[in-house]
Amino acid sequence: MDLLNGPWRRELARLPWGVVLLISAIAGFGTMVLYSAGGGSLDPWALKHGVRFAILLVGALALAMLPPERWLALAWPIYFTLLLALVGVELVGAVKGGSQRWLNLGFMEFQPSEMMKLAIILAMARYFQYVPKGYESKPDVLLPALAIIAMPVGLVMLQPDLGTALSIMFGGIVVMFLAGVRLWLFGAAIAGVGALLPVAWNLLHDYQRKRVLIFLDPESDPRGAGYHITQSKIAIGSGGLSGKGFLQGTQSHLDYLPELHTDFAFATMAEEWGLMGGLFVIILYGLVLAWGIRTAVNAGSQFQRLLALGLMSTLFFYLAINMMMVMGLAPVVGIPLPLISWGGSSMMTVMILLSLVMGVARANRPNRD
Amino acid sequence: MDDPVRRASFSRRALLLGAGMAGTGALLAGRMAWLSLFHGDEYRLKAEGNRVQNRLVPPRRGWIVDRHGKPIAMNRPDYRLELRPADIIDAGRDLDATLIAIRQVIDISPDDELRIRDDIASQPRFMPVVVRQGLSWPEFSACNVRLATVPGVEAVQSFSRHYPEGERLAHLIGYVGAPTPEQYRAEKNPLLIYPGYRIGKDGIERHEDRRLRGSAGAARVEVTARGELVRELGTRPDKPGDTLKLTIDRDLQNYAARRLGDNSASVIVMDCQTGDVLAMVSMPAYDPNIFSTRVPAKLWNALQKDDHTPLLNKSAMGLYPPGSTFKMVSTLAALEAGIDPDEAVLCTGAYRLGSNTWHCHARRGHGGVNMHRALPLSCDTYFYAMGRRVGVDAIAAMARRLGLGQEYPLPIPGQAGGIVPDKAWKQKRYGKSWREGETLNASIGQGYIITNPLQLAVMTARLASGKAVLPRLIDDGQTPDFPSLGIPESHLAIVRQGMVDVVNAGYGTARAARSPVPDVLIAGKTGTAQVRRISMAERKRGVIRNEALPWKQRDHALFVAFAPAGAPRYAVSVILEHGIAGGRYAAPVARDVLTYLFEPERALAVLPAIEAEVAERRASRASLEQADSIAEENRRLMPSWLKLDIKPPVFEVADPDAPQPPREPE
Repeated sequence: MDLLNGPWRRELARLPWGVVLLISAIAGFGTMVLYSAGGGSLDPWALKHGVRFAILLVGALALAMLPPERWLALAWPIYFTLLLALVGVELVGAVKGGSQRWLNLGFMEFQPSEMMKLAIILAMARYFQYVPKGYESKPDVLLPALAIIAMPVGLVMLQPDLGTALSIMFGGIVVMFLAGVRLWLFGAAIAGVGALLPVAWNLLHDYQRKRVLIFLDPESDPRGAGYHITQSKIAIGSGGLSGKGFLQGTQSHLDYLPELHTDFAFATMAEEWGLMGGLFVIILYGLVLAWGIRTAVNAGSQFQRLLALGLMSTLFFYLAINMMMVMGLAPVVGIPLPLISWGGSSMMTVMILLSLVMGVARANRPNRD
Repeated sequence: MDDPVRRASFSRRALLLGAGMAGTGALLAGRMAWLSLFHGDEYRLKAEGNRVQNRLVPPRRGWIVDRHGKPIAMNRPDYRLELRPADIIDAGRDLDATLIAIRQVIDISPDDELRIRDDIASQPRFMPVVVRQGLSWPEFSACNVRLATVPGVEAVQSFSRHYPEGERLAHLIGYVGAPTPEQYRAEKNPLLIYPGYRIGKDGIERHEDRRLRGSAGAARVEVTARGELVRELGTRPDKPGDTLKLTIDRDLQNYAARRLGDNSASVIVMDCQTGDVLAMVSMPAYDPNIFSTRVPAKLWNALQKDDHTPLLNKSAMGLYPPGSTFKMVSTLAALEAGIDPDEAVLCTGAYRLGSNTWHCHARRGHGGVNMHRALPLSCDTYFYAMGRRVGVDAIAAMARRLGLGQEYPLPIPGQAGGIVPDKAWKQKRYGKSWREGETLNASIGQGYIITNPLQLAVMTARLASGKAVLPRLIDDGQTPDFPSLGIPESHLAIVRQGMVDVVNAGYGTARAARSPVPDVLIAGKTGTAQVRRISMAERKRGVIRNEALPWKQRDHALFVAFAPAGAPRYAVSVILEHGIAGGRYAAPVARDVLTYLFEPERALAVLPAIEAEVAERRASRASLEQADSIAEENRRLMPSWLKLDIKPPVFEVADPDAPQPPREPE
């Protein structure tokens, strides 16, 4: 009886159940979208998506029970293990002669770069936890921080996987920003990149330039690379205010929309649910992000703050890039929409991400008993 | 451990980041509203455009039937595989891979592949190319199942044109074929690039194309991105083309064509009163069923090289000197000029004018000949004398009244007008004045005068009926009423009696054409038109018999007739190219064709013997050709220093200006 009435109940009660409800709503909606994408059938995506979410949610809640101090202690071991794994991937890839992102552990396929998106936040938060106030912008602090970012980014670029590399870089830089590195340094960095753009343009191959140009004007190549964006915009635009109705999407059901269940799941959804559906998803995620920011601001240590908000920024990066892509505001990169798009490994990443933030929230929740 | 200053600094940065996130969220929401609210209609249209395709339903081509409703041109289901180069090459796909994919389902012969590649290279990309046609049902369904996802390849079920009578009506009906790129550009009708759509290419099919086409239907269908059909949203049925009823009697046409055998010839049968063309045969011909699909190059070359001109519609486009069949015109012109029909001309076999001599076909002459005997004897001398007296302009005027030298309002493309010469014509054409000798030639239907078989049939019908009959091919259900020619009945009676005597009198030139049917008298006139010049030297030696000459130099044999003589109903004109003599060879054809109209069984009885003879000749020619090709092979392989070039002799063709030499008795 002690097990039921004892600290367990109290500990569980400290979990942020409101957010659990929010993400369950998002994943449930995602299941409906996948049900429609599958032609009005639980097979092949919807059922697995729901079951997978349920299992991962239980796992995430269990993981959220770990106190943030444990993560602080594990930060470096996790970071360096993953760095080693990335090197391993590179070696195996070189042996197999091709791009390699997966490491076969025998019992499962493991993608170190995916986990690195989280580990970089962990490592950077750990790093800045012990940097005294006022020293953040000193070169001997900045340089190791940049090295922590540059190593995994460089390895992932070698795979090559530009999308993931950018995501890792974004996470690292956001943590630096939150840790208090001076703003003018970011301004200078942005200016520097801006100045280098024309040079980079000249270094690009013709086909790469063409890709960029097609992104800027997708209608110029309606059959080729612009096809995805054009069809996605048609799907979203034709949905109107309230959509064509559940299971009534023509762009998705008649195969005009490519990748309708993964990268373009948002377009599949928007066609059938219209602007209302889109705003629903945006607002739900907005609430999740707002909760994350509040959790970070209220957290008890710099590590927890940086960890929580860094992770939330990574989630935001996923969301923003994916939606911008399907609406024709960003080039086509393979980034799925969290909890809605089909795909086990991306869902696992997102659930671990959320569980870490939930852990922070739980640790800082005032004990009401 | 937790420094409040650091906490405050973090909170500021967190607020900044949160504002950035909110801004991005607002941007996304705004962008989405922009797409779905402000441009929603535009994108909805695009989505509809993706989803809904308007597919043409090509109309079935109208049938062509004969006067009794028997089909002459009909539609037959046909399965074929087509390829759209635009969807393969322009879409960046590989033609070879596509062909290999097709090969896994049906065979493509190397010839076909060559043709396909030729077509793709030479035609504009939007024109579909036939991979194979005439697929069997299992092949068609295999293509449908296994090639459905290969882009740019389509198994098509359509109707192909079928001509049950084959070559016997080929020249008249014509054939259908795929529209040319030029036609599509001119008309911009999407039907014209519909796979397998055919339009009329020749003959009535071409002239009456619009009537036969009908109008296309449309089907609104929902399709996937790969073009697979999901469901039909609605259809507007096609309107098949009109059935075209001709005045042709299919069985008569058939009989006439068989009766001609392997002659290069034309037969036209007309109704004297209504102008209905009952038969319009031009032989040899081509098989329009083959022409409507695709003509193999070998066959095409053979057809073009054939000296019997199977590609020419001799009935409407062939031009021949009318020869003695023109003498009725001269007779009527003389009567109109007030010449006494009983006035006799002495025929000695030669007629002198200036320093030249015109010969009669009877070398020893006919003695005294009056108008009543002139036609049956076909005495040239009589007509030389009379023609000289009435003048060429009177003869030409009469010829035009009888319908010569003009085109008729018939639904066939490319009629030949022929020439009816007179003084003004020569002045205009050659800038020279008319010579009297030319009048002599004209009065017996030689010289400049040239007619086509259809005109001769109309002339005969007008003589027989006394009305300005015009031929017609399309039976619109009305019976036309033609005005009188304005030629006195007494004049016509003399000519008709003369024509009756040509066939039925003991001295007539066409006794072979006497009718086997009791109570039905045939009236007619022979003609033998010379195509070569006979020199004085040859005349002294003795004129070579026509049968001994090469085919190309033999005389044309003509015969025009009407029956029954008492109450004319049918008019016939027969022309056998290089057929030697009108009376001996053309007249029996006319007799049999007319007999078929009254007693078909009796007429059919003569066919077996003729067809057996033709078959024998064909067989011997085939063996000769084989021998020739072996000889040709030997010659090709022979060393050049052994080769002897023997040129075939060249014969001149008679100058139309020259005096008329005597001909063999008809």
